[in-house]
Amino acid sequence: MSLQLIIVAIVGIALSGVVGILLGKSVKCKQALTTIIVLISSVLGLVGAFIGLFSEATSFKFFYWPTIGGALIGLDELSAFFLIPVFLIGGLGAIYGMGYWKLSEHIYSSQKLQLFWGFLVAGMGLLLIGRHVFSFLMGWELMAISAFILVMTEDEEAECRKSGLVYLIATHISTLTLFGFFALWHYATGSFVFQPIGEGILQPGMLNALFFLALIGFGLKAGMMPLHFWLPGAHASAPSHVSAILSGVMLKMGIYGLIRVGLLLPTPPSLWGTIILTVGSISGLLGVVFAIAQHDIKKLLAYHSVENIGIILIGLGIAFLGRTYNQPEWVALGMAGCLLHVWNHSLFKSLLFFGAGSVLHSTGKRNLDIMGGLGKKMPVTALFFLIGAIAISGIPPLNGFVSELFIYIGLIRPTALGDPHAIGLAMTAPVLAMIGALAAACFVKVYSAVFLGSERSEDIKPVHESPKTMLIPMAILAALCVAIGVFPQYVTFILESIIHQKILLNIIPLKIYSFFSLGFVISIVVLYIWMKFRPKKPKEALTWDCGYAKPTSRMQYTATSFGNGFAIMFEWILHSKVHKTKLNDVMPGQVTFESHVNELVLDRFLKPFFRKTQTAFSWFGRFQQGASQNYILYILIAVLFLMAMLVPYNEWFLPFIKN
Amino acid sequence: MIDQIIHMSVYILMPPLLFGIMNKTKAYLAGRRGAPLLQPYYDLIRLFKKKMVISSTTTWVFYAGPIVTMLAVIVAGLLMPLGQSHAIISFTGDFILFAYLFALARFFTTIAAMDTGSAFEGMGVAREMTFSAIIEPGLFFAFLVFVKLSGSMSLTVMLQRNLYGSINQNNFAPLVMVIIGLSIILLAENSRIPVDDPNTHLELTMIHEAMVLDHSGPLLGLIEYAANVKFFILSSLLCTVIVPIFSSDGWLSWLGFLTGIILISFMVGIVESIMARLRMSRVTILLFSAFLLCGSAVIIFER
Repeated sequence: MSLQLIIVAIVGIALSGVVGILLGKSVKCKQALTTIIVLISSVLGLVGAFIGLFSEATSFKFFYWPTIGGALIGLDELSAFFLIPVFLIGGLGAIYGMGYWKLSEHIYSSQKLQLFWGFLVAGMGLLLIGRHVFSFLMGWELMAISAFILVMTEDEEAECRKSGLVYLIATHISTLTLFGFFALWHYATGSFVFQPIGEGILQPGMLNALFFLALIGFGLKAGMMPLHFWLPGAHASAPSHVSAILSGVMLKMGIYGLIRVGLLLPTPPSLWGTIILTVGSISGLLGVVFAIAQHDIKKLLAYHSVENIGIILIGLGIAFLGRTYNQPEWVALGMAGCLLHVWNHSLFKSLLFFGAGSVLHSTGKRNLDIMGGLGKKMPVTALFFLIGAIAISGIPPLNGFVSELFIYIGLIRPTALGDPHAIGLAMTAPVLAMIGALAAACFVKVYSAVFLGSERSEDIKPVHESPKTMLIPMAILAALCVAIGVFPQYVTFILESIIHQKILLNIIPLKIYSFFSLGFVISIVVLYIWMKFRPKKPKEALTWDCGYAKPTSRMQYTATSFGNGFAIMFEWILHSKVHKTKLNDVMPGQVTFESHVNELVLDRFLKPFFRKTQTAFSWFGRFQQGASQNYILYILIAVLFLMAMLVPYNEWFLPFIKN
Repeated sequence: MIDQIIHMSVYILMPPLLFGIMNKTKAYLAGRRGAPLLQPYYDLIRLFKKKMVISSTTTWVFYAGPIVTMLAVIVAGLLMPLGQSHAIISFTGDFILFAYLFALARFFTTIAAMDTGSAFEGMGVAREMTFSAIIEPGLFFAFLVFVKLSGSMSLTVMLQRNLYGSINQNNFAPLVMVIIGLSIILLAENSRIPVDDPNTHLELTMIHEAMVLDHSGPLLGLIEYAANVKFFILSSLLCTVIVPIFSSDGWLSWLGFLTGIILISFMVGIVESIMARLRMSRVTILLFSAFLLCGSAVIIFER
C-alpha cells in the first residue's frame, strides 16, 4: 500500500512539469497548476513514507528487462526515512519557487526549472526505493542530470556555467565509481540485486575494494572532504530553492548509499569505521573553517553543508565501529545521531537557503559585506533565519542540538563504560565541540552582517518583505525545527523503529530534557514580554560611539573584519589572499581592500594539476587537429601495421635463433 | 527538601557576593578601601529600577539577548552540583547540555551586541567568538577526564563521590593539568584579567564589557547578574575538583563549599591585581595552552 502511494507520488511529481509545457503559452496559471500537482503528490508520498516507517519491508519487480534481470523496487524503514525529506522539501520548494522564480519574470527558465525540479525529486524517490542496480542507477542519473540543468538555470553568467561544468564532471566521476562498485558487486555476488552478503563469503580484499569504491562514489555525492570541491560553486550558483534541495536533500543520497552499503556488507573491519570517523571530523572542521572565510552568503551556506555532512559521517562512523566491536549500543546511538541529523540538516539548511533566497530576492546581492539592517525591513524572514541559524549551530533548545547530543553520547559513553576501544571516539568529542563553536561564530557573523545594524551600502535601499509563497514554506520548516528541538522524544520512536532497538530513551532521558526546554522557551517569552512592556518606557538614542555624534553605517564591523580572528587562527589551511593598496603618502587618496579564500581542493590542487597535465601533453595536440587527410594517414598506418602482423616472422627468424 | 531549598537560595543569592569579594580584594591590594562588599547587590537593585536608553538601530533581538543569556546561564547552573549537594536536574549527558547552554548564552549576547551596529561591540563579539572556539573543546576535554575517572556521564555523579573513589598516583598528574586548564577557562569565560579587562578606560581593548556597552537599566542588570551566576557556576566546578572531600555531614559540606568558592574569588582578585591583560594575540596562546593541558590529560590518563 505505502509503496504504491510512493510510486504514484513519484510519477505525479515527474510529470508535473510536463503539464505546464503541454498547456502552451497563453495559460497564465500553469505555474500554480504545476505546483499544485507537486504538492498533492508530495502529500501522498509523505503519507506513504510515514506508513512505510512503521510497516514491514516490501519489494516487488517494477518492470522486466531481460538483459540485466529486471528492476526491483522496495520500501523499508530506511528508504521511508530518507523519502520524507525528499517529499517535504520537494513540495515546499515548489511553493517557494512560485514566489522566488515567477513565471512572469523568468519566462524562459521558469518552466525548465519546474520540469527538472520534478525530475530531480522523482529521481531521488526512485533511487531510494531501488533494490536493484538498474532502478537505483536510473534514479541516480536522473537526479544527477536534472541537478546539473537546475544549477545551470542562470547559464548567461560565466561563473554559473563554470561551476555547473565542475559539478557535471564531479557527478560523473561519482557515477563512474558506482558503475565500478556495482560491476564488482555483480562479480562478487553473481547478482545485481541488493541482498546482504553473509559473513565469511567474500575475501577481505574484495570487501575492502567494494567499501572504498562505495565511499568514493557516494562520498563525492555527499560532499565529504576532500571530495567536496564541486559543492560550494554549484550550490551558490543555483537558484535558492534549488540550492535548498541540493544541499538539504540531494547530498543525503550519498549518505543513504553509504548506510545501505553498510547494511549489505558483512561485519566491517575497524578500518572502515575509523576512516569514516576521520573523514567526518575533517569535513566538519574544515567545512566550517572555510565557511567563516566566505563573503558570499550562499557559498557560506554551501560550506556549512560540508560541515554537517561531516557531523553525519561522525555518527555513521560510530555505528560502523559498533558493528565491528559488536556493541549494539554504539550502533544505536551513532545511527540515531546520523539519521536525525540527516532530517535536521534538511530542515534547517533548506530554511537557511530559503532565507538567503529571500534576501537575494529583495536586495539582489549575495555579498555579506554590503548588507545590514535588513531585520527591520524583513522582520519575518529575519526571525526564521535566526531560528535556522540557532538550529544549525547545534544550540539548544532547537533540533540541531538533539542530533548532536546523540552523537556526543555515542562518542563519550564507551569511555564512561571503560571500553578499551573508546579513546579514538572520545577524542572526536572535542572536535565536535570545536565545530559547534565555530558554526555558532559563523552564524553570528552571517546573521549580524545581514539582518542587524544598519545598511552598509546605498545599493540595497529598496528592500521589501518576501511574498507569502516564500514565507509559508519557511514558517513550516522553522516550526519543525522548534518541534523536534522541544519534543525530541516523539522523533525517537521513528529512529528506534529503524535501528530495531528500543534503548535510546533509556540511555538519554529525553523527557526531562523536553520538559526543561519547554519551560525554557516559555520563560523566555514571559520575561521578554515583561521587559518590553514595563511601565517605564525606554528612551531612544544613538548607538554609543565614544560620544561621537554622527556615526555612519560604514563604521560598523563588517563580516570580513569579524572573520579576521579566525582567518589568522586558521591561516595554515585558509591561505587567504589579500589585495590592498599601499599607503605611502602622508595624505593617501582612495584605498581599496579585498580578500578572498581559494577553494582548498579545486583551486589549489585540481586546477593546477590539470593545467600542468595540459601543458605536459600539449605536444600530442599536433596529432589531433581535425584535418581528415591526417586521419586517413593514421588509418593507413594502422592497416599497414595489422598487415605486417601477417608476415610469418617465426619461419624467418626461428632458424637464426636455433643456430 | 531542606537541602534543596538551601541549594537554590545559595545559588540564586550568592553570585553577586563573589564579585564583591573580588573587587574588595583588588581594592585592598591596590591600597584603596574599595566599595562595600555588598555593592554588586545595590548595583543590581538600582539597575532594575532604572529607565532604559535604547539605540534607535536596534530590533527585538536587543531585548532578547540579555533575557536568553540570563535564562540559559541559570538553567546551566541547575545542572551543576554545589559541593556535596546534588544538582537540581541531573541526567546522562547533562554536561553536554551544560556546555551548549553557555554557547546559547554567548550566541544571544553576541547578536544583541551586533544589533546596535557599533564598531566596538563588533570587536568584542569577534574576539569573544574567536576565543570560544578554543575554550569549548578545552572544556570538553576536561569533562572527558572526569567521565573517564568516574565512569559516569552526569555532572552530579561525575563531580561527587565517584570522582575521588578511583584516584591514585597514576592519574594524579592529569588531574592537576585539568585543574590548571579549568582555571584558565574560568578566567577566560568570565572575562577576567589576563584575558579581558573589564575596567579599562577604552572600549577598544575590552571583550565582554564592549559587547554590552549599549545595554542599560534592567537589561544591563540581567547581563550583570548572568555574569555573576556564570562565575559562581564555574568556580563551583573548579572548587569541587580542587577540594574533593567535603564532609558527609550536610552543614559541614556546605561550609567547606562556601569557603572554597570564596577562596577562589579571592584568588581571582589576587590574579587580577598582580597581572596585566595580555595582548589579544597572546590570549589565543594562553587559551591554547589550557586546551592542550586538558587534551593531554585525557590522553595520558589511566584509570
